[in-house]
Amino acid sequence: MRTLILDTADRIFRDICDQVLIDKAEKGEWPAGLWQTLEESGLTQASVPEERGGAGGTLGDGLYFLKTSGRYAAPLPLAETLIAGVLLAQAGADVPAGPLTVAPVRANETIAVVGGKLSGTATRIPFARNASAIVVLTSEGLVVVDPAQVTIEPGKSMAGEPRDTVIFDGAPATVVGGAVAFEALMRLGALARSVQMAGAMEGILAMSLQYVQDRVQFGRTLSKFQAVQQSMAAMAGQVAAASAAADAAIESTEAGDNGINIAVAKARVGEAAGVAAELAHQAHGAIGFTHEYALHQFTRRMWAWRDEFGGEPYWQAELGRQVAKAGADRLWVLASQT
Amino acid sequence: MSTALTYPPRTLAPEQDAMRAEIRAFLEKDYAAGGFSRGQEAMARYDIEFSRRFGAAGFIGVTWPKKYGGRELTFLDRYVIIEEVLAAGAPCGAHWVADRQSGPLLLKYGTEEQRERFLPPIVRGESYFCIGMSEPDSGSDLASVRCSATKVDGGWLLNGTKLWTSLAHVCHYMIALVRTSPLDPQHRHAGMSQMIVDLNSPGVEVRPVYNLAGEHHFNQEVFTDCFVPDENVVGEVGNGWEQVMSELAYERSGPERILSTFQTLVELVRSVGDNPTETEARAIGRLTAHLATLRGMALSVAGMLADGKMPITEAALVKDLGTNYCKEVPEVARLICSPEDGAGGNSTYESMLKTATLIAPSLTIQGGTREILRGMIARGLGLR
Ligand SMILES: Cc1cc2nc3c(=O)[nH]c(=O)nc-3n(C[C@H](O)[C@H](O)[C@H](O)COP(=O)(O)OP(=O)(O)OC[C@H]3O[C@@H](n4cnc5c(N)ncnc54)[C@H](O)[C@@H]3O)c2cc1C
Repeated sequence: MRTLILDTADRIFRDICDQVLIDKAEKGEWPAGLWQTLEESGLTQASVPEERGGAGGTLGDGLYFLKTSGRYAAPLPLAETLIAGVLLAQAGADVPAGPLTVAPVRANETIAVVGGKLSGTATRIPFARNASAIVVLTSEGLVVVDPAQVTIEPGKSMAGEPRDTVIFDGAPATVVGGAVAFEALMRLGALARSVQMAGAMEGILAMSLQYVQDRVQFGRTLSKFQAVQQSMAAMAGQVAAASAAADAAIESTEAGDNGINIAVAKARVGEAAGVAAELAHQAHGAIGFTHEYALHQFTRRMWAWRDEFGGEPYWQAELGRQVAKAGADRLWVLASQT
Repeated sequence: MSTALTYPPRTLAPEQDAMRAEIRAFLEKDYAAGGFSRGQEAMARYDIEFSRRFGAAGFIGVTWPKKYGGRELTFLDRYVIIEEVLAAGAPCGAHWVADRQSGPLLLKYGTEEQRERFLPPIVRGESYFCIGMSEPDSGSDLASVRCSATKVDGGWLLNGTKLWTSLAHVCHYMIALVRTSPLDPQHRHAGMSQMIVDLNSPGVEVRPVYNLAGEHHFNQEVFTDCFVPDENVVGEVGNGWEQVMSELAYERSGPERILSTFQTLVELVRSVGDNPTETEARAIGRLTAHLATLRGMALSVAGMLADGKMPITEAALVKDLGTNYCKEVPEVARLICSPEDGAGGNSTYESMLKTATLIAPSLTIQGGTREILRGMIARGLGLR
């Protein structure tokens, strides 16, 4: 089942999600065709149970699909749709069709329900302007909001992805599911960004390896220079570690684990993303710094994603406090959880 | 499509959980009884009494056939034993090489007579081997070894010098890589052979080489017409290079490459206490995130070996990442918690931090340097 999902996803992205499409999306054009193809294949709701409107796959199916999407820098709210769908389904609510997003994504912003109406403002909401529904975390419970009922001020991440300000004042609020702790959203968000980054890193490693084997300087390909080989090996190390950390987090989350694996993943992958992006740009020379060449479509996403849903400092501290609480003599037991 | 190296997550079976319980129980009991002291780079520290108890308890050569004293357990059972011993900081250096590579080498290439003679005492924790590869002029460029063996009646006469041999002064035997035919510049890997040299035989001189901490860990051996009987030749004469390469795969894939300075991290956590500042929490969290990730990767490599694969590039990558990480631990520790500033307040922490700093330079050299490993990884990526 999973192989089928991932093969299908890979084929769709390879056929449709090219540099031109990503470029247009960053300029504000919604990639409707790509979305529609993915949705029709059931991929956008891979992890949602059939009775809630999804394709009935596991959480892991959805997350590995997300990793694949990262490998193509897919400019769509796939992570957000997965998160929103999972939260709704877990809360016992139906999952609407179309692209979804969640709000708020920062701990200090609260959306309240007052007299059957919402109040409050949420900033940096991914793809709010493109969503068919915004799943809102309120103290009363989950509320599904129609974007037409709220005010959206467009904003962008450094990757050119929509990160909008959403003003909820007065929007009708029908609570559809129980309250979800903000930490649960942070964990899911951190996991999603980790796997997207890991995917993107696999993408830039492949691009870089290809480039150093094609580009000729001093009469030979760059790949023949030992210094270049060494930095590609160092990059492969970061990419492999990121991918391993992301996969471990997927597996342990799927197994219902509440341990440390998501914190490990977001902290480790975020760090790796910075190093890998640096090495990839170095290997590409000036061409990689141009808009014309696709490398930046990946690296700008990695730079943005590493700070979302808690950057490295957030998850390192979270993990460090857990380690300190458990104590020195439990460190090995924690770190070797499988 | 992916050109990346992949490390599929590996879940251990209930048998390995049982093995973990068994080895943890042994280590806790032995430690509580004062059996050993905790330290770093456990495989560089030795304690013959500990090795004997360890062997008697059935933890050496566990994957080997029962007829040689082994338990015919899986490679993953061995993995669990090794990581627990290292995490506990137990001094397992005396039997380390024999268990990790000499035994497996003899099982793969040795004669039946050699297996019957050498393996049972190894399993009992009584017989120790060292690795005689490096020489004064041959480090990274191992094919340049000059130590030579000349054929005589019933055996070989060994002449030359081996260097950097870990714990040779404690070991009974060295498996030496020697030239049995003169170097042919066109075929540099040909004409080499491996022999088991009894370090107590005439014509062997083992001289200590003190490390920068003033400790006696490695040695230089000078062979002068040292007689090695024919029955001590490992595998085929002339096949030494291939044998050594398969041996190095074992050497690079283990959890020792990620746990060398683990005790510093443990004591750092102890010193910081249960209410860390934000800076302390971040530093500890970062080191733990690296450790957990590396551990998952090392376990994945062990799983590949258990499945009969030869993950040479994957193992080299874990060694490179792992040893760089081990060096980072004391650097991060001293920046957030310096005993010089009165921080730490725990003399064990101070001593672990000191040793970790002093052993750090060796970690990315022994078992293949960072540069050599990255060259191997680049080859695995198709760049050479
Ligand atoms: C603590 C310790 C224990 C050891 N134990 C043993 C043992 O038990 N048995 C044993 O046989 N050996 C042992 N060694 C030796 C170890 O295997 C060698 O030190 C190692 O292979 C490097 O060789 P070298 O020291 O001669 O350095 P060199 O090969 O001279 O290298 C020096 C530097 O040049 C770099 N370099 C060399 N060639 C290249 C190249 N082609 N491309 C790029 N860079 C290059 C190296 O990476 C290194 O940074 C031990 C070493 C240490 C430090």
